[in-house]
Amino acid sequence: MSEGPDDHVDVKDGGDVDDGADLTDLAVMSDLVVMHTAGADDEVVSPANPGVVRAALGLWRTRLGLALVVALVGVAVVGPWIAPYGPGEFVGTANLRDVEGASLGTDYFGQDVWSRFLYGGRSILFLASVSTLIGFVFGAAIGLVAAYDRGRLDDALMRVMDVMLAFPQLLFALVALTTVGPKSWLIIVIVGVTTIPRIARITRGATVPVVERDFIGAAEALGESRFRIVTRELLPNIIGPLLVEANLRLTYSIGIIAGLGFLGFATERNAADWGLMVQENRVALSVNPWGTALPAIAIALLTIGTGLISDGLSRTVAGIDRGRADA
Amino acid sequence: MTEPVALSIRDLRLDVAQSGHDIVDEITLEIRRGEVLGLVGESGSGKTTVGLAVLGHARKGVAVAAGSVTVEGANVLELSGKALRHARGLLVSYVPQDPGTALNPALRIDGQVLEVLRTHGFGDNDAGRRARLVEVFSEVNLPTDRAFLRRYPHQLSGGQQQRVGLAMAFAARPSVIVLDEPTTGLDVSTQAHVLETIRALASLHGVAALYVTHDLAVVATLADRVAVMYAGRIVEQAETAEIFARPAHPYTRYLVAAAPEMGSDQELVGLDGRAPSPGARPVGCTFALRCEVATAECRESFPAVEAVNRSSSHEVRCFHPFAVPERTERRGSAGSPLTRSPDAALSVRSVTAGYSRLDVVHDVTFDIARGECVALVGESGSGKSTLSRSIGGLHHEWTGEIVLDDQHLAKSARDRPVAQRLSIQYVFQNPYSSLHPRRSVADSIARPLAIAGADKSDIRRQVDRMLDRVSLSSSYGNRYPDQLSGGERQRVAIARALVSEPQVLICDEVTSALDVLVQAATIELLVDLQRDLGLAMLFVTHNLPLVRSIAQRVAVMSEGRIVELGTAAATLTNPQEEYTLRLLADTPRIPDFAGDATV
Repeated sequence: MSEGPDDHVDVKDGGDVDDGADLTDLAVMSDLVVMHTAGADDEVVSPANPGVVRAALGLWRTRLGLALVVALVGVAVVGPWIAPYGPGEFVGTANLRDVEGASLGTDYFGQDVWSRFLYGGRSILFLASVSTLIGFVFGAAIGLVAAYDRGRLDDALMRVMDVMLAFPQLLFALVALTTVGPKSWLIIVIVGVTTIPRIARITRGATVPVVERDFIGAAEALGESRFRIVTRELLPNIIGPLLVEANLRLTYSIGIIAGLGFLGFATERNAADWGLMVQENRVALSVNPWGTALPAIAIALLTIGTGLISDGLSRTVAGIDRGRADA
Repeated sequence: MTEPVALSIRDLRLDVAQSGHDIVDEITLEIRRGEVLGLVGESGSGKTTVGLAVLGHARKGVAVAAGSVTVEGANVLELSGKALRHARGLLVSYVPQDPGTALNPALRIDGQVLEVLRTHGFGDNDAGRRARLVEVFSEVNLPTDRAFLRRYPHQLSGGQQQRVGLAMAFAARPSVIVLDEPTTGLDVSTQAHVLETIRALASLHGVAALYVTHDLAVVATLADRVAVMYAGRIVEQAETAEIFARPAHPYTRYLVAAAPEMGSDQELVGLDGRAPSPGARPVGCTFALRCEVATAECRESFPAVEAVNRSSSHEVRCFHPFAVPERTERRGSAGSPLTRSPDAALSVRSVTAGYSRLDVVHDVTFDIARGECVALVGESGSGKSTLSRSIGGLHHEWTGEIVLDDQHLAKSARDRPVAQRLSIQYVFQNPYSSLHPRRSVADSIARPLAIAGADKSDIRRQVDRMLDRVSLSSSYGNRYPDQLSGGERQRVAIARALVSEPQVLICDEVTSALDVLVQAATIELLVDLQRDLGLAMLFVTHNLPLVRSIAQRVAVMSEGRIVELGTAAATLTNPQEEYTLRLLADTPRIPDFAGDATV
């Protein structure tokens, strides 16, 4: 449990400077699967779970979702290098539609809309991914432990989760951000922490039926350690529904962080940020719509993309599209 | 047999809608009024598909390709919409396998039965329908007082629920009734009474009954005629006495040889392999792949239906009728007279077990000697599972002493030393849930050794040896549970239990999820292993006829106590306790039809 978050943040960072493809959260999640199923124990070289992800990739919705996410992540990662101007560079008068060298015009401050769009995706993607990952790791751990314990620890953990769920996510974030100020780490912590109870509940729900199956009894009769039962017997068998939930949470995290950006709490003033751009330029919507439309469309496509991926995964897990002959 | 034919199925064929592969084909059956036809087959043989087709219903993904199902002159397969709904219930009705899920838990039982009558316009008014309700309830031996009628399904026992199912099926006086293993989940005494009711109602009202089941003993006691299905075809059809006395098809012979008998301690003869599934069926006889008497002819073409001789109604589809497969012939005696070693491998002394304040096992004492198999039998709820789980360290709430090799065992497996944990091994009832779905067979078998701290090369060798011991080739090591059949999975579970060379093996209803041929093969294997390894074995089962084929002694449990404990032969032929006597009387068995057997 303690080794988890560090590993995942490493994966995350690696992806960030890398080529973009790693940044797609599906890839991060499938790394996670491989890590947990084939990790710790070297004697078992197990091809355990390519199943869900591979089967999901056979569905058009997953592919479309993945294409959208890859494209937008590509924009966010590569964007700064191909941007014609810097994010804070003035190229003309404010709110102009036709400016030489700025194909999409200027924004409320006379900055290049296209360049700011290319710069503005990184922070939202980074914040959403890392915070979801934190929620995923801690939520899954808590849910698994609670489901396996089924005693007082279960009660205690799940009541704490209930209390955390009682705080409205967005309001809680606003209170914390107005108190401390718009700091990236704070957004990660808040969105991550508020995601934990949601993932924990789903994990517990998915784990309980697995705990009741006989192979867990068989492992207990052999005297397998509790840690091993949770990580090696239970986790691989709930990874499917867990992936679905993680993706869904990622969609929500993007929405919340974009919302916070719009309200001006995500970053420093005038930073290039998709959420903030929507807010800054909305007064000039009729003069130069691109300043608002471009980031808004990007956020919409990103959430639709991750949503489609979760949908594809969940259909695979539930076996809806499986054309399996009765054998 | 002069009654008119009520149900007639002609050349029925149902396909997998997508691929066009046949699920069942060339099904031709007739049932007369008042007659019970037993349709017997393994899981996947297509027997339920045929049963549902009689109702004009095909499951999702299944399509009727050819043939007719005629009930009282009407072809059910040509009906649709309102006419079909009308036919179901009035002409044909259905009793499903699990009454617990077939009844609507939110409706009172009288309402559910009345709804059937109202839907089919039975009777002129509600008073008339209510009178019919009371009548049908008393016919199926249910109470008819108002308090009972107003109950919800969850307030009934399993047997009562199934009787309500029967009442619903018989309520509108249909001509044909399809029963799909309606007694599978019931205890033997409940089953016996339900079967009696079915038989009485069918002959009383002249209803043609199609009884779908895998249980030969049930068929033997209930049915007038038997049709045996294999891989989507009916391979043999005859009067019940005839088919048991002179089985003509080799497959039927295997089925009979695999059915345990209470009256004798004959070995069970199993048959490995499984029936080919739709799309993978051979050109020739579908049974040729597993048949000992198959010839080139069998592999080239499928034999036609032929009467065994001109005068009889005994029909078979086989080029070599009455050929005797060698394996079914050399059945020996299973219950070898045991030289019981005096020292007990496992002693259970005054064990009381339960859940929080409710005790379900009271003061149980017995022991198992080395090389001995003790069967623990009883109905569901008798506490036999709780007792065996306590011994295995899976249930923690017990008091008393369990002694293994002069060492007292801790309550929970986790508190027992590694050596003790490995020397008591447990095989679970359901092979579909007892193996880690995402772990290969070899890795599953290797776990106990890894816990014992064996090194890798040693583990690999032991796993291969164990796979060989349970008759699986070493290539099975790389497979995953979902690539195995139920019987193969159970073999893997047995291999996992025995790899650490335990002294005591606990088998908890290990064959109840398996087909009869696979069950017999599994029992064969367990008997062999137990003898060779000198295991002390506790064989928990509710299947009394199985006991003599595997165990030397039997302990009969009722309401948490062992009411009778003795040698298997003596206890099952000459029981001393009334409870055992009753249990034996209720257990369906294949009567001795051999009297007129002249093969």
